[in-house]
Amino acid sequence: MKAAAKKKKASGTNAGAAELLHERELRGIVDTVLRLAKSTEAEETEVHVDEVADALTRFANNGIHQNVAEHGLTISVRTVVDGRTARATTNRLDEDSIRSTIETSLSLARSQPKNPRLLPMPGKQRYRDVRRFIGRTAALTAEDRARAVRRACDLAVKKGQVAAGIFSSGQGQTALGNSRGLFAAYRETRSQFSITMQKDSAASWAKANSADVRAFDPQRLAVRASEKAHRAVNARELAPGRYMVILEPAAALDLVGFLFYDFAATALEDKRSCLNERMGKQLFGKNISITDDVSHPLQQGAPFDGEGLPRQRVLLVDRGIPRNLVYSRVAAKAARKEPTGHGFALPNEYGEAPMNLVFAGGDSSVDKMIASTERGLLVTRLWYIREVDPYEKVMTGMTRDGLFLIENGRLTTAVRNFRFNQSLIEMLKNVESLGPAVRATGEEAFEMVVPAMKIRDFHFSEVTKF
Amino acid sequence: MWDLCTNALDTAKLRGASYGDVRVMHLRQRDLTTKNRQVGTLAQSESIGLGIRVLASGAWGFASTDRLTREGVAACAAQAVSIAKASALAKRSAVVLAPEKAYVDSWQSPLRKDPFEIPLETQLALLLAADTEMRRVKGVTLTETNMQFRKIDSWFASSIGSRIHQRKVISGCGIAATSFQGEEIQKRSYPNSFGGQHTLQGYELVESLDLMRYAPIVAEEAAALHSASQCPEKFGTLILGGSQLGLQIHESIGHPIELDRVLGQEANFAGTSFLTLDQLNRLKYASNIVNVVADARLDHGPGLGTFAYDDEGVPAQCTDIIKEGKFRGYLSNRETAHLVGLDRSSGTMRTESWNRLPIIRMTNVSLLPGTWDYDDLIADTQDGILMETNRSWSIDDRRYQFQFSTEVGWEIKGGKKVRMLKNPSYSGITTEFWNSCDAICKFDHWTLWGTPNCGKGQPMQTMGTGHGASPSRFRNVRIGTAFSKQ
Repeated sequence: MKAAAKKKKASGTNAGAAELLHERELRGIVDTVLRLAKSTEAEETEVHVDEVADALTRFANNGIHQNVAEHGLTISVRTVVDGRTARATTNRLDEDSIRSTIETSLSLARSQPKNPRLLPMPGKQRYRDVRRFIGRTAALTAEDRARAVRRACDLAVKKGQVAAGIFSSGQGQTALGNSRGLFAAYRETRSQFSITMQKDSAASWAKANSADVRAFDPQRLAVRASEKAHRAVNARELAPGRYMVILEPAAALDLVGFLFYDFAATALEDKRSCLNERMGKQLFGKNISITDDVSHPLQQGAPFDGEGLPRQRVLLVDRGIPRNLVYSRVAAKAARKEPTGHGFALPNEYGEAPMNLVFAGGDSSVDKMIASTERGLLVTRLWYIREVDPYEKVMTGMTRDGLFLIENGRLTTAVRNFRFNQSLIEMLKNVESLGPAVRATGEEAFEMVVPAMKIRDFHFSEVTKF
Repeated sequence: MWDLCTNALDTAKLRGASYGDVRVMHLRQRDLTTKNRQVGTLAQSESIGLGIRVLASGAWGFASTDRLTREGVAACAAQAVSIAKASALAKRSAVVLAPEKAYVDSWQSPLRKDPFEIPLETQLALLLAADTEMRRVKGVTLTETNMQFRKIDSWFASSIGSRIHQRKVISGCGIAATSFQGEEIQKRSYPNSFGGQHTLQGYELVESLDLMRYAPIVAEEAAALHSASQCPEKFGTLILGGSQLGLQIHESIGHPIELDRVLGQEANFAGTSFLTLDQLNRLKYASNIVNVVADARLDHGPGLGTFAYDDEGVPAQCTDIIKEGKFRGYLSNRETAHLVGLDRSSGTMRTESWNRLPIIRMTNVSLLPGTWDYDDLIADTQDGILMETNRSWSIDDRRYQFQFSTEVGWEIKGGKKVRMLKNPSYSGITTEFWNSCDAICKFDHWTLWGTPNCGKGQPMQTMGTGHGASPSRFRNVRIGTAFSKQ
């Protein structure tokens, strides 16, 4: 039994970060799989290799209570035989296991009827260079994270508050190759700090996320959450109803993030998108423009899709009018369009989706929005958002960790949390002003570039007890 | 595998760990889906690796690796100890574990038919036939089916001497029909939404579902919903079908009783709980007829929360959560048990995989059967709405205020189901809702439902939980808010 590739030392003997394989080693794994597949009945073979080395320090009650690290590498093989395809995945790297994985993929493929929509695998492609691997982030250690956490917890103790949150850092890479000569590779680092400061029954929250750990200061986030938690005490109950709201970027993200799959051509073909019968119409306000752009400096992610096609920049919404969709190769052929490089790894039933949404920003700011509001609510964060009506895109969820009343251009008091039932379509018609678009991070949607939004007639239906 | 475990524990001890537990896990999964009479996903995966959790300097560290060599495992164990020492830089107090015996055991979940031994052709043929049957119905615009099978082997060893091997086989299956007409998308699913039913069983689960019988029914209901009346907005009597009640239990009982949430350990992400420690044995959680247990034992049924030992090496137990309406118990682990006056963990530490830390999780949190026959319950209801099959669910981060909507509703007048209602929803405050329960159907109507997608923890872990429930009635519930235009 010969090893296809030696796994690197996952982590050494300290609490430092793991090293990823070199790109040539990833390529070596891809080549090994393709070579082994040649001696099978596979007519075409595609290989994904994914490696992660992540660590996360978690704190609560002003101390670290969980602290973890992981390293893993998986090989995923898709074979094609007689117009049929299937995928098998393993994290065993010896040649016997890889052979067995190829055979499993073939066995799955053979078990089904022919797929009339299956296309030949794509050949070699050219990709835009995106660099999102930051050495400083990759080198962050458990001690580094613990020291930052201790400073944040010390602040909480000093202010009579209780801190909870995470500080994570890590790196990952992916390589994709196929038997038609396509090869693509991408690596990135990631880091995130999130903190909730609690004072009795009041709480507030701040979070940041970047490939570069130097892009945010954990202590500044701690200070921000602490100050807002201080303001959040003695929350007053207001009646449910329609309010002017200012959604901070994280809150805006977690709502608009639910729109992403509606821009998939396959979702329209399946008639489960809210854009069915609505493309080319003035659906949102004229201040809403949305692009999918993997190259945007505030974005992350590989510049290629699940089949290895380069991700294109796509203008999805132009001044309130949905103009374009994204297409996998199969969806593009069905619609007689060009693929946009947004397909998921095959086989799948969902097709494609834009994963790098960028909303156009405006020239306002949260402070200016507050100053211009006679009566309204400032929303820090939203929680447990779910779709109530898929066509009108009515979403429900709760406010959380800092809801404040604005009166005559000033924050006057904290407010008890509301449940909302709000159509996203109606909401994006009612946007009065936008802040600059930033890399927003919440908990309900993946990260996107989104501005703070001031929105009229936002529908709160019920109030909770805190 | 035991050698790897021993190697990891020995290294951790040598590096200064005062306690360690290690899990080697081998996970296998098969996913099959169809859409519109075509195969969608067809994939199989396996993952094997080791995770070790240690206490050093009074603090926790965890590391995991897929490098299952002597050197790889030793490096992983050493890293876990180093991380624990880093944790101690910001520890609040030293971790103390409730005592637990050492166990040497091997256990396998019972099954009649190994789903990995059933030919793929057989599995796909059934899904495609059910898909085709749904697609025949006029007005249906999207049909979907799925099967998912998992086989999980875990080898647990701890520094107190436990050596436990468990093998679990989990099966899941469901079908759904969607209809887009005018300006509405309506959907019906069977036997439950979001992937169907999932249990700790073999392929016999799939065979028990009789997909071909229900395929045309769900398709016809999906199309019929377009011409159904809108669910009214009012306060009134609500009857919940078993699967919807299972999710109601999950969200408004299962999560609030997790002791890590209660103690603030999830405050930044999953949230906290209204069930503060002073509520134990005092809070009137529900009406007197409500009895809820957290039961991980096989005696309770083949649920997604059934096992012989949790991932901390504690045997499966049954804990009273609500007894005759009173709040009686939390879900705890060895670290938190003493905080609620227990001398032992309730055995609820579970991990998604070898690369994740075990955390407190629901097991099978179930509403025990009542006394009503289902037909009698309907006949006894003069004016009410029956809601079935979840469509959306949401609850605040302390688990007070919730809102659910379901795929279909049925108006009940004079003890009879008189017409279909579309877009049903209801909302409320947890304890007010449970105190309004006045009828629970008996065991004949009780099903142990599986929720395969419960997310918790950072990094996020997805876990399967079980929820036994039978149709039940609630009075004076707020109905129809989700679609209110007010």
